[in-house]
Amino acid sequence: MKFGIVTFPGSNCDYDAFHAITDVLGEEAVYLWHKDHDLQDSDVVILPGGFSYGDYLRAGAIARFSPIMEEVIGHAKSGGPVLGICNGFQIACEAGLLPGALMRNSHLQFVSAEVRIRVENADTMFTNLYDRGDILRIPVAHGDGRYVAPAQVLEELEAEGRVIFRYADAGGNISADANPNGSERNIAGIINEGGNVLGMMPHPERASSLLLGSSDGVGMFESILARVAA
Amino acid sequence: MAKFRIAVHITPRKGLLDPQGNAVRDALRTLGFNEVKDVHVGRYIVVETDAYDAITAEEAVTDMCRKLLANPVTEDFDIESAVHA
Repeated sequence: MKFGIVTFPGSNCDYDAFHAITDVLGEEAVYLWHKDHDLQDSDVVILPGGFSYGDYLRAGAIARFSPIMEEVIGHAKSGGPVLGICNGFQIACEAGLLPGALMRNSHLQFVSAEVRIRVENADTMFTNLYDRGDILRIPVAHGDGRYVAPAQVLEELEAEGRVIFRYADAGGNISADANPNGSERNIAGIINEGGNVLGMMPHPERASSLLLGSSDGVGMFESILARVAA
Repeated sequence: MAKFRIAVHITPRKGLLDPQGNAVRDALRTLGFNEVKDVHVGRYIVVETDAYDAITAEEAVTDMCRKLLANPVTEDFDIESAVHA
């Protein structure tokens, strides 16, 4: 399976994603340049973390208009898997691939820490190797990670099982203390209506081996592999 | 065609948590401005554009706000009248 990892000016997790896909997963990965119009036959597109275009205007607002995004949006609309991580989540929201927006952390500080997230839905192409209720240790590193959406959208996400991850404590409790950025309802990751675009603030690619402190993120990439290859 | 300058004010949507505004409000109160009720911090953007007339310029900037300058989920925008640049 071929993973395409988009490199925007200011992306800084593209190499981490490449490492997770090639060295850990043993699959093929290519970098997709933001100015190109070619996904190079990628089966899965990863929008990686970073600070594309310096977060000018709003995080992800400018990257969303990169030439490559036309192809990424087309890929998503035709059911192709897209995984937006951190800045990639922000870009996916700005591009309208996912509802809502990511705003400045409620405490106004950049947060770089390992957090715990609870798997809320294990019946997706990104999470099928986990069990519902699993607690994953995954790092976050962001200044604009507070997920917000209109109340009606939040209700829809909940009703349709589209909240995929929530910040939780070690015991799996969803508490304000476990919420690193003030996200509504502790939301850490959501999926689109079609179930093929997932956005999340935590970094599974940085939790891809015990050498990095946690390998809890690998299951996401293996899930994609299991589902898409099937 | 003439050249116009249009100022745009972008503010956090009312009702949404505005931690930056709250931090500035609290700082103002610390300074002794105890009457301060609320502060909102947004962006001020100035667009210079060619347009047939002021109305056309304002319509174009409104479109720019909807498509890029403001986030429809979290922000409100307000544009000033176009002035000749």
